[in-house]
Amino acid sequence: MGMPIAHIMTSGMSGIRAAGDLVARMEFSKSMRIGEAKEYVAKKLNVSTIDLSDEYVMREIREDLGIGVITSVAGAPKGIAAKMNIEKLLGIKINSCERFRKQIA
Amino acid sequence: MTTEYATRMGDGQRIFMTREQILADLIEGMADATDLGTIPDLSEDELDKLVDIIATPARMVGVEPGKEVPVTHDIGTIRIDGDQGNSGVGIPSSRLVGVMMHERAFGADTMELGHIDYSYKPVKPVISNEQQAMEVCQQNTIIPLLYGAMPNLGLYYTPDGPFENPGDLMKAFKIDEARVSIEGAAKHATRDITWIMRKMMSSGADGVNFDTVGAAGDGDMYASLHAIEALRKEFPEIYIEAGMAGELTLGLHGDLQYDGKVLAGMWPHQQAEVVSKAGANIFGPVVNTNTSRSAAWNLGRAVTFVKAAVKASSIPCHVNMGMGVGGIPMFETPTIDAVSRASKAMVEVAGVDGI
Repeated sequence: MGMPIAHIMTSGMSGIRAAGDLVARMEFSKSMRIGEAKEYVAKKLNVSTIDLSDEYVMREIREDLGIGVITSVAGAPKGIAAKMNIEKLLGIKINSCERFRKQIA
Repeated sequence: MTTEYATRMGDGQRIFMTREQILADLIEGMADATDLGTIPDLSEDELDKLVDIIATPARMVGVEPGKEVPVTHDIGTIRIDGDQGNSGVGIPSSRLVGVMMHERAFGADTMELGHIDYSYKPVKPVISNEQQAMEVCQQNTIIPLLYGAMPNLGLYYTPDGPFENPGDLMKAFKIDEARVSIEGAAKHATRDITWIMRKMMSSGADGVNFDTVGAAGDGDMYASLHAIEALRKEFPEIYIEAGMAGELTLGLHGDLQYDGKVLAGMWPHQQAEVVSKAGANIFGPVVNTNTSRSAAWNLGRAVTFVKAAVKASSIPCHVNMGMGVGGIPMFETPTIDAVSRASKAMVEVAGVDGI
């Protein structure tokens, strides 16, 4: 159990504490290598690539964009709602959002 | 007096080595990889950097700011509520709680949902339960969430499956029959994985993680590659990660090919090409740890293999760095000093796109 946390602390991008989930989505959805994925996300967020792992920078940006934050903010988009905002931000489709839209149509 | 630095053996035991001894073991490990894989050496600068990482006088090290990479996971939430057989810590919880803990407490970049048996075949009888778990998790989480398991071709052989065990057949010198058995098992595994993932995609999964590809030899890899190909064709947007079981694809069959290439005997830089060709988005190279050698020897060897794979690959490489692979000691609770040093080395020297 301590091993994955050690990797996250040593090398990881901190997930929704920063922008790790967004960079991972570009690696997965477009097979982008790490440099390209970081450049793509940084451009969409109008920040530098070093900011993508900076919780101080990303906290406010994530809250403003409604793409999910690490703490439980009452009324803020979570789960599917946050992912729908991520779709718009990154210009990608997310399967669970597609399924959700089909169910409410 | 010569300064000695605390480091580890491949089994995790603490040892002390001088810088010269660390460098000598790094070079020896590197040479083993270059000889086996016919791949390039690390440069002098890269070797010096590895010595610096290992000899850093701190309990834990980290990558330089700006060099962070996304981390993907195998075994998923089973590490929270599972038993020791899955290296779980036995905390009574649900898989939803496990995913949310990783997302919101641990800062995980991605996560995975998996069945307690962690092989694809046993998922079939409980597929609706797995779909329900995926739906609930997808409704409540933000990070990419894959469904993951092992292809585990071994479950298709007697006494667990319908095909005669190729090991037993080979012992009786029935080589052709053993090959037919492997080919049959591979077809069933491809069929099962594709069916399971069709169901999971209908429940909102982001994609699939093939964990320990090739664990049962080249037939296991053959089945996985064909499942990847079928899933990519059916779901063009599916996220597919394929992580290997070992550095060398074992040739239990020997003649199986993909894209005109014989799978048996492939090293990580060659595995990367066929995994990419099949349609995966992320390749997970593996280099096994030798418990009788130092962490420096293992890290020199692992970084050399993985650097060559990163260079050869056309898709992102997330190196496997669990217990006993990727320069991590073969120990169930690997020490943080060893894990953080191996992690940093893979990012800053091998140039991986993730872990």
